[in-house]
Amino acid sequence: MKNKLLLLLILTVSVLSLTACGKAEKGENGQVLVYNWGEYIDPDVLVSFEEETGIEVIYDEFETNEIMYPKVESGAGAYDVICPSDYMIKKMIANDLLATIDMEKVPNAKKYIGSQYFDQSREFDPNNEYSIPYCWGTVGILYNKTMVDDPVDSWDILWNEKYADNILMQDSVRDAFMVALKRNGASMNTLNEEQLISARDELIAQKPLVQAYVIDQVRDKMIGGEAALGVIYSGEAIYTQRENPDLEYVIPKEGTNVWIDSWVIPKNAPNMENAHKFIDYMCQPEIALKNFEYITYSTPNEGARELIEDEEIKNSPIAFPKLSDYNALETYSYLGEEGDALYNELWKEVKSE
Amino acid sequence: MNKKLLATPHIVWSVAFILIPLGMVLYYGLTDRTGAFTMAHIITIVTEEHAKALLLSIELSLISTIICFLLAYPLAMMLVNMNMSQHSFIVLIFILPMWMNFLLRTLAWQTLLEKTGVINSLLGFFHLPPLEIINTPTAIVLGMVYNFLPFMVLPLYNTLAKIDKNIINAARDLGAGTVQTFFRITLPLSIPGIISGVTMVFIPALTTFVISNLLGGSKILLIGNVIEQEFTQAGNWHLGSGLSIVLMIFIVINIIAEAIFDKQGEETAS
Repeated sequence: MKNKLLLLLILTVSVLSLTACGKAEKGENGQVLVYNWGEYIDPDVLVSFEEETGIEVIYDEFETNEIMYPKVESGAGAYDVICPSDYMIKKMIANDLLATIDMEKVPNAKKYIGSQYFDQSREFDPNNEYSIPYCWGTVGILYNKTMVDDPVDSWDILWNEKYADNILMQDSVRDAFMVALKRNGASMNTLNEEQLISARDELIAQKPLVQAYVIDQVRDKMIGGEAALGVIYSGEAIYTQRENPDLEYVIPKEGTNVWIDSWVIPKNAPNMENAHKFIDYMCQPEIALKNFEYITYSTPNEGARELIEDEEIKNSPIAFPKLSDYNALETYSYLGEEGDALYNELWKEVKSE
Repeated sequence: MNKKLLATPHIVWSVAFILIPLGMVLYYGLTDRTGAFTMAHIITIVTEEHAKALLLSIELSLISTIICFLLAYPLAMMLVNMNMSQHSFIVLIFILPMWMNFLLRTLAWQTLLEKTGVINSLLGFFHLPPLEIINTPTAIVLGMVYNFLPFMVLPLYNTLAKIDKNIINAARDLGAGTVQTFFRITLPLSIPGIISGVTMVFIPALTTFVISNLLGGSKILLIGNVIEQEFTQAGNWHLGSGLSIVLMIFIVINIIAEAIFDKQGEETAS
């Protein structure tokens, strides 16, 4: 009898604690569940959104598109607003994971987001109905003027033996292959096996010269003078220059990746209304400006750009390059499951060499 | 009071966090995207890049285990022969770093070893040649030895402390020299400690991906990195799980070997 009582007690306690975890407190107007890149928003903006709307923000972060995708696809995490990149948005549209955004409910987006960014978005969202641009930029070479004496205008310099052990490459499949493919004059979305194999061979040839394959650490290593050249996202470049004036950012002449990270609403979003409110809030010029100043990634918000006081930043060719001045700019597209598998396989061959 | 009932929390825990996840790894590893049974993911271990990563992992973790053993054994013997206050001080020094997060300690090594890092700045100050081991297998072995050394010292110390001093004295009385006593008495009696120390260093070293990422600059692919990338970058859970199963087989072999030696050790001890 005693045993049964104890068992019953354990069961009740565990059931109670489970239900207690399940329900979180809600704001007066409900919640909005946001899933964004790490360090990709000014935290004050979330606070002011909560204060102004009474909607509680539940905020989660991811490190790569690939980590985000399975969570959303399996329904393990229900979110209202997510901020994936171009090719991943295409994949999510293809797999029917996204809801269309009601443009009437996000008036600030139409008003302030530059039309060229919506045009660029057509590569992955042909009718501009699933995504609202949040940040954009290019991928280029960041170099230390005191350590590099050759002109830097081409991806070729990353194969120059003079800079052996002084080169940082991106530790991600698509970015690494983008560099090699563009250098060969191929498309970075190619599925041509011949082009891919020659890109792989070049990456293998480059490997002895590479100091390390890193993602976020490019920033700190370049600031610290640990390497002479690094492949980096333009948004990080502005920050690194602020910290170390010897650094310079270049978009190579063979072309590069123009990427866009956009807000989307998944189909299974529990709070559709609040999701629209959140996206609209992010498109307010003052708010977009705050985010730009905090994360230094280029904003597609023309209203925010107008508000930038520092003329140098406002007209910075790094933050706001005139895309028509450059050749062969492309945006990643979704390669399909087999295409992804092929890229991953070749990348593994580079890494295990 | 039924003693079995006391095990309930442990059983609930094991089922929820060990058995069910293990079952899911087996399920993913033995099926393809359509859910059909396949051995293909396990067989991929023989492909060049996977086999290379596995062999390199085994090589580096064996080297680390041997270095840990060679460092830890003399230390454990010293500890046993010390008086109480000295010995608790040394044990404290050994345990102290373990109170800090493992990631932070590994990151600290990165800062120390970098080209413009602390060690090289010091060497440069004295006009000595720089130490260029960051992003090489040597740095990974160093990281493994540093992180896992306490796991070797503690079990060795425990078994050595349990050896009856009278047995050693008896050996000396019967005319055995220091070397002979060590190889014929102390070493065989400490085998259980050696086995558990080796296991506790070898298995985490074999499966690590953090140390190789941080100290190897992602240039050196260990089997742990391959599995990690299948999950985080390639999004291929089936292949990642298949390779995890292969890795588990190696760990199980290690544990079986441990059980066998342990039994023998007990027999010789009694």
